[in-house]
Amino acid sequence: MSGIPPFRRHTGRVAALPRVNVDTDQIVPKQFLKRVERTGFGPGLFFDWRHRPDGSLDPAFALNRPESADASVLLAGANFGCGSSREHAVWALQEYGFRAVLAASFADIFYANCCQNGLLAVRLDAQRIAELFARYERAGGPYEVTVDLEGMTVSDRAGFRAGFSMEPYRREMLLRGLDEIGRTLLIDEMIATYERGREG
Amino acid sequence: MTVVPRTLFAKVWDAHVVHRLPEGPELLYVDLHLVHEVTSPQAFEGLRLKGRTVRRPELTIATMDHNVPTDDRTRPLADALAARQVEVLAANAGEFGIELFDLHSPLQGIVHVIGPELGLTQPGMVIVCGDSHTSTHGAFGALAFGIGTSEVEHVLATQCLVATRPRTMEVRFDGALPPGVSAKDMILALIGRIGTAGATGCVIEYTGEAIRGLSMEERMTICNMSIEAGARAGMIAPDEVTFAYLRGRPRAPDGDAWAAAVERWHGLASDLGARHNAAVSLDVSGLAPQVTWGTNPGMVAAITDAVPDPESFGTASEQVAARRALAYMALEPGTPLAGLPIDRVFIGSCTNARLEDLRNAARVVRGRRVAAQVRAMIVPGSQAVRARAEAEGLDRVFLDAGFEWRHAGCSMCLGMNPDMLQPGERCAATSNRNFEGRQGRGGRTHLMSPTMAAAAAIAGRLVDVREWS
Repeated sequence: MSGIPPFRRHTGRVAALPRVNVDTDQIVPKQFLKRVERTGFGPGLFFDWRHRPDGSLDPAFALNRPESADASVLLAGANFGCGSSREHAVWALQEYGFRAVLAASFADIFYANCCQNGLLAVRLDAQRIAELFARYERAGGPYEVTVDLEGMTVSDRAGFRAGFSMEPYRREMLLRGLDEIGRTLLIDEMIATYERGREG
Repeated sequence: MTVVPRTLFAKVWDAHVVHRLPEGPELLYVDLHLVHEVTSPQAFEGLRLKGRTVRRPELTIATMDHNVPTDDRTRPLADALAARQVEVLAANAGEFGIELFDLHSPLQGIVHVIGPELGLTQPGMVIVCGDSHTSTHGAFGALAFGIGTSEVEHVLATQCLVATRPRTMEVRFDGALPPGVSAKDMILALIGRIGTAGATGCVIEYTGEAIRGLSMEERMTICNMSIEAGARAGMIAPDEVTFAYLRGRPRAPDGDAWAAAVERWHGLASDLGARHNAAVSLDVSGLAPQVTWGTNPGMVAAITDAVPDPESFGTASEQVAARRALAYMALEPGTPLAGLPIDRVFIGSCTNARLEDLRNAARVVRGRRVAAQVRAMIVPGSQAVRARAEAEGLDRVFLDAGFEWRHAGCSMCLGMNPDMLQPGERCAATSNRNFEGRQGRGGRTHLMSPTMAAAAAIAGRLVDVREWS
């Protein structure tokens, strides 16, 4: 029963956004929410931070740094994805090319939205996140990490290795790319029984 | 046999568990699903692609609020993309048999304003919506929270949601609220205290003397901004204030069903000795009106305070965030908040655009004029609020003072419709988020109560409404 792309293990280049409390209004500003499709949100990702008011790219912004070109792992500050429930934020991150986001903490709705779409949101200890930011800066060029959901580790080629945990249910959904609605519909009779119990 | 004391949250949650999944989370039944135009089109499309239906269309209610124009309702929407979202919602509601309050309905309004107003929101319910401010409905002792579009699709198809049981936090407000200080100031003060991630993973239960003293509309303001403290939801145990508000509303139970419902609702309060995972208490008797100075709702201070020095914050990341916020807001540390000149005033949003909010603002405005350089607008939370305000003559008070008097919608809270700030404009707003660009790219938002925003409109600068005569 497939629904989302499965996630097992991914190695990719890091983009580092060392800001706390990044809200979903920044991840995808409201002018990009007017689509009725799940696609077309990539160009809106961090739009107001990626671009100067005249429309040109701001070279100082994290995603525009040359070593972060084609990045697929976003390293972010704590409480990432707070604010609005817009799932468009996840769609924009994925369409831009991100497969995983690493942070010390995530806002609840954003975290759930990531799971629903197969974008791996990894909570790491704040000190390990700080270490990753430092390693990214020290690399002085492209910096790659491997995010392994089977082994539940984040590692790099220079000896960094950190374990993370995830609720078994969410992990299974992501590893197998399961369709949650399809799974729930399999126990449709339980829902019907519950409804009869309330109404009877 | 001993009975374990349970919290309000636990009682509502436990009553809605359909099934406990082997790997941990639970399948939770949803009593009321609210739908709007921005976060639902992809969910309906998902149903169509898989040949699925809406399981309980009669438990699903749709309205248009996020992107709708608030000026002339007789013209077609000028924004083609917004018009398309509105058309698609109407088509989906028709196709799947869902009741819709569209732009021509006298009951249209912000989804979190019309639910309570119609009596759809009731104690003990589980309520979800593809909008983070769904927490508003918790004011009735419902468990109400925002979900993403994929979860909207899941609820449409199954009337259930897969959810992991959250922790609970008790927030107790002690003391009596001083004159000129409001529910908005209470919730802003809380967020200032615990931060925008202070209640992540938690459902907050608000308790205490100051909560009991609030009207339903004020309680909605408190619960509405629970998400701004990171909470999954906010709840207040129902009491006589709740029942008096609900009685006689079109979708509330009536006759024998009413008496039975009230009896059931009486049982929802947290049991004596029920444990929360965390607790915070605030004394409101010395509380001053609150104003945000930064770019998240936790960056807040009393109107009598000055813009803080970023160096005064405890951690490096807070200092960096404060410096960045002050640069965005064009503020210098040490500048008194009272006296800051403003360009715009927005009285609206699911936080503060109900009838009492408009009455309170009108009391401040009556017989005065909006400052010459200020553009100020009132956006009622629903068309019903607008109609009742007009019946009381509040529209004349605002229009005579130079405010714009609009139709219902989310409007400049998030600027998805034409109501937006221009770059550099400073706005006194009664909404819930002061994020960068939220009200328009480069716009600078200061969150506050309706009376504070109304006073700012007249004075042309931030003022302490307690000194208003």
